[in-house]
Amino acid sequence: MSTRTPDPASAPAADAADHHPSAADLAASAANRELVDIEDLRGDDSPLSQEPVLTVRDLSIEYEVDPPVRAVRSASFQLRRGEVLGLAGESGCGKTTLAYGLNQLHRPPARIVEGSVTFHGQDGHDVDVLALHGADLRAFHWSRIAMVFQGAMNSLNPVISVRAQLDDVFTTHRPDMSKAERLSRSRELLDLVGVDPDRIGAFAHELSGGMRQRVMIAMALALDPELMIMDEPTTALDVVVQREILQEILRLRHELGFAVIFITHDLPMLLEISDRIAVMRAGRIVELETAEELYFAPKHPYTRTLLGSFPSLTGDAGDFIRAGYSDEETR
Amino acid sequence: MTTLTAQNIHKTYLLRSGLRFSKLQAVKDVSFELTAGRTVALVGQSGSGKSTIAKLLMQLEHPTSGQLLLDGKPIGRRGAALTAYRDDVQMVFQDPFASLNPFHSIGHHLRRPLLLHGKATAKTVDARAAELLERVNLSPAASFLERRPHELSGGQRQRVAIARALAPGPKVLVADEPVSMLDVSVRLGVLNLLARLQREEQLAMLYITHDLATARHFSDEILVMYKGEVVERGAADDVILNPQAEFTRTLLKAAPEPGTNQRFLAEARRRGVPMPDHLAHREDQ
Amino acid sequence: MTTKPTTAAMAVSAQRRRLPGFLTPTLMVGGGIVVLITLFGLVAPFFVADPNAVDNMGMQPPSAQHWLGTTQTGQDVLAQLAWATRGSLTVGVIVAVMALFLSAFFGILGGYLGGWLDEAFSLFTNVVLILPGLPLMIVIGSYVEQRGLILIAVVLAITSWAASARVLRSQTLSIRGRDYVQASKIAGERAWRIIAVEILPNLLPVMSSSFVFALVTAILGEAGLSFIGLGVVGTHTWGSMLFYAQNGQALTLGGWWWFVPPGAMIAALGAGLSLINFSIDGIINPRLRTAPAAARTARHAQKEAAAA
Repeated sequence: MSTRTPDPASAPAADAADHHPSAADLAASAANRELVDIEDLRGDDSPLSQEPVLTVRDLSIEYEVDPPVRAVRSASFQLRRGEVLGLAGESGCGKTTLAYGLNQLHRPPARIVEGSVTFHGQDGHDVDVLALHGADLRAFHWSRIAMVFQGAMNSLNPVISVRAQLDDVFTTHRPDMSKAERLSRSRELLDLVGVDPDRIGAFAHELSGGMRQRVMIAMALALDPELMIMDEPTTALDVVVQREILQEILRLRHELGFAVIFITHDLPMLLEISDRIAVMRAGRIVELETAEELYFAPKHPYTRTLLGSFPSLTGDAGDFIRAGYSDEETR
Repeated sequence: MTTLTAQNIHKTYLLRSGLRFSKLQAVKDVSFELTAGRTVALVGQSGSGKSTIAKLLMQLEHPTSGQLLLDGKPIGRRGAALTAYRDDVQMVFQDPFASLNPFHSIGHHLRRPLLLHGKATAKTVDARAAELLERVNLSPAASFLERRPHELSGGQRQRVAIARALAPGPKVLVADEPVSMLDVSVRLGVLNLLARLQREEQLAMLYITHDLATARHFSDEILVMYKGEVVERGAADDVILNPQAEFTRTLLKAAPEPGTNQRFLAEARRRGVPMPDHLAHREDQ
Repeated sequence: MTTKPTTAAMAVSAQRRRLPGFLTPTLMVGGGIVVLITLFGLVAPFFVADPNAVDNMGMQPPSAQHWLGTTQTGQDVLAQLAWATRGSLTVGVIVAVMALFLSAFFGILGGYLGGWLDEAFSLFTNVVLILPGLPLMIVIGSYVEQRGLILIAVVLAITSWAASARVLRSQTLSIRGRDYVQASKIAGERAWRIIAVEILPNLLPVMSSSFVFALVTAILGEAGLSFIGLGVVGTHTWGSMLFYAQNGQALTLGGWWWFVPPGAMIAALGAGLSLINFSIDGIINPRLRTAPAAARTARHAQKEAAAA
């Protein structure tokens, strides 16, 4: 019979145990890196340069169904080297489709109907990403642009160790590395993202959510990409772990100089870490501004709606009113 | 006025792994009181025990020790006493996708509790169900009654879940992360709805969340939970603006808050971005 | 998880509005085969000759009088096939229904109520599961002389309910923990109503799949039993036809018209039911349905764009 047997409902306690970082985890993550505050990583010291690393022009992606659905409409932007571009929007706005389209990871029925994506390599050569195919595309993936997918925490293969998975990345893309080189590079990567290198033999279920996410980021960084695309990398994590991961990402960017496209619906988070923010709605980029400009002087009404949806923790309540309102306001 | 009191609640789960048993203390010595017209927020991360508290209050599980009192009397666990308890205490679940049965219509979800709690007869049940939908701003009610859950958006489904919770005419409402799985722009609408309903019905509400910002603006009292224990409690503003416990401070520091981020503000000043006065002059803090 | 359907999901569901989603080619082909065979079994016996009427002519190839030829004893093969179809289908349906009730009882009830009842039912199910089916059928079958239809059906049912009981149990455990079941409890529903109204409807896809699968194994099982001579006495089934064909040396004598039709019917019904099962899987897991279609439409669009 071809029906799959689903897991029987597990005790709630099992979930609780899953999310608590163990003492070992906490010690490991604290010991291996200096805690650099996010605030110190922006400003004159940042690796943000004026050179472009990615130019997207009038990119449109359509889902070929009946009737066809335009998921991304004429998206245009230029990403500079070392820049953090936040891509904000709610579900269905097309941000994930755009991210997938950018490096040709989209699958049928999605199809790029028009537009161009040009990658400006550090070596001075420009690459027309949409014209790549087969072996060229595979070589391009991961070594130039790397992606951390949504729900990446659950993307680790549960039956093989972390070492084996990192090894996999190298054997696929750098076949001339020796086994010893691969191991030492893998340990370096773990250290880089703040995971104790001695945990390289661990399996996915032995690591907390935060650590798994760091391992995914390590895998993405394995080949020194010039651009990292991150799709909701912190959604399923606790707020405290979220902040740690964000700090980690910014610190790595500071050290390695890659650009980041950060996709999320959490606008306050983007405001803190992004250089610029693009707000997407129904497939269009409705506003593209620096973070400060967006926060203090939003131009598009949708941006204002989005900003108003997040009540400030210490300030006023925004659109949120608890008493003294009419029925209109509760719709 | 109805009061639901939790006194020294403990909940320990026995976990079995093969032949070995281990204990998980999900809730340790938690006490609080829910009174009419007031909202208590239970704030914590995953694994803090807040969902377990919800299950205990709804009698889906029973505490290992401690007691729950409704208007000073121990709650009924069986038969008529249990039904009476369910008349007064209801819950809104977190996941709008999972809390409605995909097989049945919206009308079914509302009719059953109305009939079970004697709030309508077979003749009047449809009218009452339509009334409930109107109350949660799902209009025109008639068109929603025969639809299935998958035809509704997340926000609409959550409103149906709220309507269903209101059907028995409860005095106490437990809202377990009612908006965390909704789209951002829809969240405030649903929270505002809950606030309005609380005011109209003078409900005693328990708002369970991991989001400090909405906890502050939505509740009168905040309880911060960590690993099953209440580490801090107090009036909402006090806990947020003047936290005592280490964990509370960590939580507050971790929440993104561009308005107070000094670097952000300095950047803004440097770029000459126009700002509200009270922020423009805060040079050092 | 977010609320509004993603652009991709909306697009795909737009596609489905043309034809009721579940009428896939797989279902139509499989359903067509099954319907045809069933009609044959229901209607044909009224129109064919007496399958038991013997004749002196012996084993004759297909002719104008006997469309599928005759057996060794001159019986009309087509007539036998018609009655055999009815016989096999009857056994199959009785077994599948019995197996369904048994697996539902032990699986769903045990899964929902939990505790010691669940442990007991589970143990019982597992024991029955590991009992070897065919040997057990042979033992029971050879022990009893008067092997009527009901006995054979019971024997086959006993050996086939356990696997789907396990599946139903784990499905029930999974559904039992879902929010809407908890919500029903909180709303005050009684346990039996929760099982009947909230849980059972969501188990229907799995149960239909189990039913179809039980039908296939029942028919094959019956054919197997009959082939070794332990089948139903007195009633024609596909298996009994094969048994007699084997005894009458049909293969060595080249009498293909005797054993090929029943064999082909078994194969065809098995294939048709399996196709139906695949489409039920597609309903349970919609992604199985849309992937090939999606690739097709994308290719078409690409071609159109290139041609333009």
